[in-house]
Amino acid sequence: MSKIHVTTSVNGDPVEFLADPRETLLDCLRDHLGLTGSKEGCGTGDCGACSVMLDGRLVSSCLVLGVEAEGKRIDTIEGMANGGELHPLQRKFIELAALQCGFCTPGILVASKALLEKNPDPSEEEVRYWLAGNLCRCTGYDKIVRAVLDAAAEMRGAA
Amino acid sequence: MAKDEIRTEYKLVGTRPNRPDGLDKVTGRARYGADFSLPGMLFGAVVRSPHAHARIKRIDASKALALDGVKAVVTRADFPTGLTGEDWNLQENTMAGDVALYDGHAVAAVAATSALLAQDAARLIEVEYEILPHVTDVDEAIKPGAPAIRPGSADHSVPPHEGETPDMCRHNVVRNIEFGHGDIKDGFAKADLVMERTYKTEATHQGYIEPHACVGQMGEDGKGEMWVCTQGHWFIRRMCAAVLGIEAAQLRVTPSEIGGGFGGKTTIFMEPLALALSRKAGGRPVKIVMSRAEVLRATGPTASSSMDVKIGMTKDGTLTAARAEFRMQGGAFPGAPVDMALYCAFAPYKIPAIEHIGYDVLANRPKCAAYRAPGAPMGAFAVESLIDEMCGELGLDPIEVRLKNAVKEGDKSSYGPTFGKIGLVETLEAARAHPNYSVPLGPNQGRGVASGFWFNHGGETSVSLAISEDGTVQVSVGTPDIGGSRASIALMTAETLGIPYEDVRVNVVETGALGVNEPTHGSRATFASGKAAVEAARQAAREMCRRAAKEWGIDEEAVVWEDGAARPAGPNAGKFPPMTIAEIASRMGSTGGPISGHHESVPGGVGASFGTHVVDVEVDPETGRTTILRYLVVQDAGRAIHPSYVEGQYQGGAAQGIGWALNEEYVYGDDGRLQNPVFLDYRVPVASDLPMIDTVIVEVPNPGHPYGVRGVGETGITPPLPAIANAIAVATGARLRHLPMNPPRVLAAIQAKDRG
Repeated sequence: MSKIHVTTSVNGDPVEFLADPRETLLDCLRDHLGLTGSKEGCGTGDCGACSVMLDGRLVSSCLVLGVEAEGKRIDTIEGMANGGELHPLQRKFIELAALQCGFCTPGILVASKALLEKNPDPSEEEVRYWLAGNLCRCTGYDKIVRAVLDAAAEMRGAA
Repeated sequence: MAKDEIRTEYKLVGTRPNRPDGLDKVTGRARYGADFSLPGMLFGAVVRSPHAHARIKRIDASKALALDGVKAVVTRADFPTGLTGEDWNLQENTMAGDVALYDGHAVAAVAATSALLAQDAARLIEVEYEILPHVTDVDEAIKPGAPAIRPGSADHSVPPHEGETPDMCRHNVVRNIEFGHGDIKDGFAKADLVMERTYKTEATHQGYIEPHACVGQMGEDGKGEMWVCTQGHWFIRRMCAAVLGIEAAQLRVTPSEIGGGFGGKTTIFMEPLALALSRKAGGRPVKIVMSRAEVLRATGPTASSSMDVKIGMTKDGTLTAARAEFRMQGGAFPGAPVDMALYCAFAPYKIPAIEHIGYDVLANRPKCAAYRAPGAPMGAFAVESLIDEMCGELGLDPIEVRLKNAVKEGDKSSYGPTFGKIGLVETLEAARAHPNYSVPLGPNQGRGVASGFWFNHGGETSVSLAISEDGTVQVSVGTPDIGGSRASIALMTAETLGIPYEDVRVNVVETGALGVNEPTHGSRATFASGKAAVEAARQAAREMCRRAAKEWGIDEEAVVWEDGAARPAGPNAGKFPPMTIAEIASRMGSTGGPISGHHESVPGGVGASFGTHVVDVEVDPETGRTTILRYLVVQDAGRAIHPSYVEGQYQGGAAQGIGWALNEEYVYGDDGRLQNPVFLDYRVPVASDLPMIDTVIVEVPNPGHPYGVRGVGETGITPPLPAIANAIAVATGARLRHLPMNPPRVLAAIQAKDRG
């Protein structure tokens, strides 16, 4: 099957790639652009490990075709830190041991950042429902929810 | 970093520093199984049986091989013959022989220049099947006359059951276990209350979020390499070598970061296929990444079980006798963890007479793998549910009854050995004292208690430690870091050497770098690799003392290692200023060469870990839906090296247990096909299903470890199943004895109770 040329932007950088029309955005990020921080846990939009931002909207990149990225802006886990400075969520996840194996972590961080942009002061319940599409099998979510709430408090204090 | 208040004797052990691999894991840089690629790499895809049981009459790959870019197809014909025992089982599970034994069983594999092309090619491989009768339920599979899954493999020591003649072979019973002690008749005669119940649990999957993935490369010369997500790369090496008929040392296996395992990544599935394809494709590396459906259909879930338990209790709650008969299917291969389930079932209690009977039964399902305390949760579900029901019948407090019968140091365990120092009583007392145990409950709410046990494990361990030129320390371990073991091993190494935590780097190294290591399993990484790292550090410290003694011109016995420096042992040894690790390291090239320490052993002194959980639930009487209101895990860690990751193990174990109790199950259709091989339908707990999970770390130090570590990973999944059943029984008045306790089952139980 002939490939389609896609021009898009990832983490602020202009990029181009050739996509098989059957390939997902996740496939293209991982296999064509070498951005393996987004993970595939299910391929059916149930686990959230592939969460990225597409034009400012949180999506499962396994449910978006690579060719749909044409002309869009994509933000991934690789662009979350500001140079050497971690996003408060990333820092809190390390400090509060909110990861064990770490495989779901990139998706959960991307999804949590999207939440805090919409709602800088979420309740525990709001965090839990927002992250209900991001599976973690190691932690029981306790420390993840605490880290998100703690990062939110810190970011509100800094604002 | 502030130290937890209860710990005063150590500088670092018991603190909560950032884990060394944290930065890579929050930035997306950490390399997991599917993140690895090599130049010239091909992609593999696997053809799997859509039938539960079918003879493979013909495989025709000609159409696939005709596609440009398809480089190799392998079937069982590409594997050596003549394997026996578990090696044969592994080979048969890797690739079906004459018969496909379960829905998802691999029958062929193909390698091509892209993943999509490999998938296209797999669809072009034609397989002709003759469908055979199948059986997936353990109680059906055990019956005489059930479809024989592995003709000739029955354990003929199984005695005929009531109403059966001796010639009625139970084809699928491959192992019969019986053990026990005491006079069971006498024990039941002494009881005021004897109850017997039957329990069932369905198969569940470990549900790690990272699907299995590997890159394998092997030439015609039988030399190869593999990069793979695994809990144990020496196991991968040994098993792949056996299945492929190559020499183990010729295969070098490097573990990636691992996205969860819980026991399910301690064995092989598609790894030998990547190597076989690579060999056939002229040595080009081949990458295979499983889909989620492949993970659920064709890797190792846990067993399903059917269990009879009978217990005798006096009016004051003393246990007098117990009997357990467990039937488990672990797929189409021997190895259901019925032995472990029986060993653990009564382990928390001192009971004068016990009889254990177990049957390992074949069924047309995937080969089970270890899942966190394999077998123990099922046994605990049955035993702890029945004890709770009897407490209710006699009007006794469940914690008091458990305290009355709890095993202590010096007691002979239900499964044989005598317990050393253990902390069950301490967990029960801490649970009783916790505020959660006295929160008032509302309507439709109930509180459940249960205890659990896991042995923990030492296992083959090899660790190497080297002092760098600047006095920092690298530790090479063979146990992949699943949940923070680099941090705990660095803490113990730094504590032992008296140097900063940040000066130690722990690397998980490949098979070529160390002697054989068992996987990160049996809750052993922090115990065994940690103990070996401490021994290696002590060895290096002794060498550093020797170097200092030589420079000072005194006896090496007159030098001690303290706070990161060699020092004269006392005033008589001479007056020398401390010689720091950095000073010794900077000169080691001229004082005798590199300084390192090693430790290789099967560490003894394993300490069992007991836990007690308290859960409050609310059950919606209209729908049967159970909500977890609050959850408390109390468990003996021996010593929590990094308390955050100990809490994490407790919380994670509880969450998996909650999923198993309430929702997760393998659903098979009448056709023997798995009906729910996606996360939408095999639904693991999500964030909005759970409350915060409270933890109490009890510390009864294990005398068999230099810092008292027991191992904490597995015990936590054992109590949730019965604790939740016990809570639901209080909330609804209905006792559920079949997992999962999903809304339809709970509703049916409530309605059955209301009908009287």
